[in-house]
Amino acid sequence: MATQKVKVDKARLLDWYRQIVLIREFEDRCDELYREKKITGVYLHLYSGHEATGVGAVAALQEHDHVITAYRDHGIALARGVDPNPLMAEMMGKRTGVSGGKGGSMHLASREHNFWGGYAIVGGHLPLAAGIALESRYNNKDAVVLCFLGDGATNNGYFHEAVNLSAVWDLPVVWLIENNLYGMGTPVEVASGQPELHKRAIAYGIKDAGRVDGQNVVEVYEAASEAVEYARKNGPVLLEAITFRYKGHGVSDRAYSERVEELAQWQARDPIIVTREILTGRFKNVEAELDKIDAEVKTIIDRAVEYAENSPAPTYEDLIRNVYVEDANG
Amino acid sequence: MAEKNLPMREALRAALHEEMVRDERVFVMGEEVGAWQGTHRVTRGFLEEFGPKRVRDTPISEMAIAGAAVGAAMAGLRPVAEIMTINFAFLAFDALINHAAKIHYMFNGQFRVPMVLRAATGWGNQATATHSHTPEPVFAHFPGLYVAMPSTPADAKGMLKAAIRDDNPVLFSEVIALYPKPGPVPDDPDFLIPIGKSDIKREGDDVTIVTIGRGVEWSLQAAESLAKEGIECEVIDLRWLRPLDMEPVIESFKKTNRCVVVEECLPHFSLGSEIAAQIQEKAFDYMDAPVKRVSAMDVPLPYARDIELMALPDTQKVINAVKEVL
Repeated sequence: MATQKVKVDKARLLDWYRQIVLIREFEDRCDELYREKKITGVYLHLYSGHEATGVGAVAALQEHDHVITAYRDHGIALARGVDPNPLMAEMMGKRTGVSGGKGGSMHLASREHNFWGGYAIVGGHLPLAAGIALESRYNNKDAVVLCFLGDGATNNGYFHEAVNLSAVWDLPVVWLIENNLYGMGTPVEVASGQPELHKRAIAYGIKDAGRVDGQNVVEVYEAASEAVEYARKNGPVLLEAITFRYKGHGVSDRAYSERVEELAQWQARDPIIVTREILTGRFKNVEAELDKIDAEVKTIIDRAVEYAENSPAPTYEDLIRNVYVEDANG
Repeated sequence: MAEKNLPMREALRAALHEEMVRDERVFVMGEEVGAWQGTHRVTRGFLEEFGPKRVRDTPISEMAIAGAAVGAAMAGLRPVAEIMTINFAFLAFDALINHAAKIHYMFNGQFRVPMVLRAATGWGNQATATHSHTPEPVFAHFPGLYVAMPSTPADAKGMLKAAIRDDNPVLFSEVIALYPKPGPVPDDPDFLIPIGKSDIKREGDDVTIVTIGRGVEWSLQAAESLAKEGIECEVIDLRWLRPLDMEPVIESFKKTNRCVVVEECLPHFSLGSEIAAQIQEKAFDYMDAPVKRVSAMDVPLPYARDIELMALPDTQKVINAVKEVL
């Protein structure tokens, strides 16, 4: 796909830097709150390490495009512009949470942002992405669905069925594999006959957009932009971003003591470091601006935690509400 | 209002056809629904009339059929997805239970899932263990999903139209053995049978028979036969396993003090289990006999005709059960 690469301007790069740092700070704080037993849900899957992939890919979308992901969803929600306050409130199971305290960490969503949610059955959201994309085609809209999935999701039936359906129905979906090298504890090479996951595209006759460095927000943005425009004009496309998660699969999992060296290697190419390098390499005297962003982000997350802590718990009425749609017939 | 005599498959076809004409957002998808004209001929002629946008053949991909229907419904379409037989709906179980039934709740009302999943159900013709399920109670276990099972062509039409117009996900179970059976069907394009509304198919004072789907036919035949012996059965067709319309059942039970549940499904954690539980909770003081269940036997269904039929409910078994509770 030879397309002209648009030079990313400074304001945009700074915004991406801010988002990356915001996600990291949000996740670090979630980790702390979990240990302090203020976030009490057993499942908490942190996005730390993946930030450049989420931010770069979501930046490739227009407002009317759609995003859907799995349970490692905090970073995607933040990248899509969802307010950290109701996100943090959801972590703490508060009534003011994005999902009213009923979804939790794995089920964040914001309809107004066309963020269709985090889904916690591996691969389960893939056909949903196909269905959302079908609506776009059906109503002659040009909206694209960006569907994030983990490397682990490429080995269950949902991947096969949903990607194939997107091919035979020519659906505008970007399948973006966030390959963080491990499905929970199992390395990709152990789980996948073809560990170069983007090559799966060939089997379905869809566009193989290749592999991109998931630590580099600009490269992710460029690859995702091409993929998004391809999907908009033509149909499904598969893109693979190579990244690494810093924490356990979930925070309750064992930290990987046996992977210390590997983790250190990846942290040397941390999305925050890489983005800082891009900025300092291109612009003079930008450090002060970056430090200022770091400080602002801390305040934003402080406020989000405060907001969440001061929010009320859901009530009995919330417990029984929204089991069914009660108010309307189509 | 005018009516036509139609087999159930044609009543279903009329319902779908009317709703597709009425609402551009309604479309059908599934295996063989288009070019092949529908495995059960319910979508016969649809591809020619509505075109491939609204009549969508799918690969053999039950997980994706159900899951894509969920996504399309969330985005504002009104998919009527067909799973060829309910036996294959086990492959779609996750999409139905974890997503269709949960999304409205777990995202606190941000999304609606107005989809219908039609599936042909029931045994017969020696279809064997994997192709003879009537597992509707399994699906009805979960809040967030409605489960329909019509017994007559008119009910089939009115219930399917109501299901399509509702904003909640519905598993719509169609008994294969009933597809060819005719009955009067209203022409009215707004003929709807409300979701969760049962129907007293026969009135009587001696025993309450609670049933659904194909069980209605056995129950009515049994009631007719028993009436010759002076035993009057009230036959309540629940029509929906969820929402479960218990009020008329309890009312009837307070009159008859006796109940037989007739179901095609297996007895373990069945429709009968639920009805019996609720009767003892809500009308304990009115009980003159234990609630009796007529279900399939608790075995996988075999191939051989002789033992297949042995394992299944029929009219005679209903008659016997009624006599046991008297």
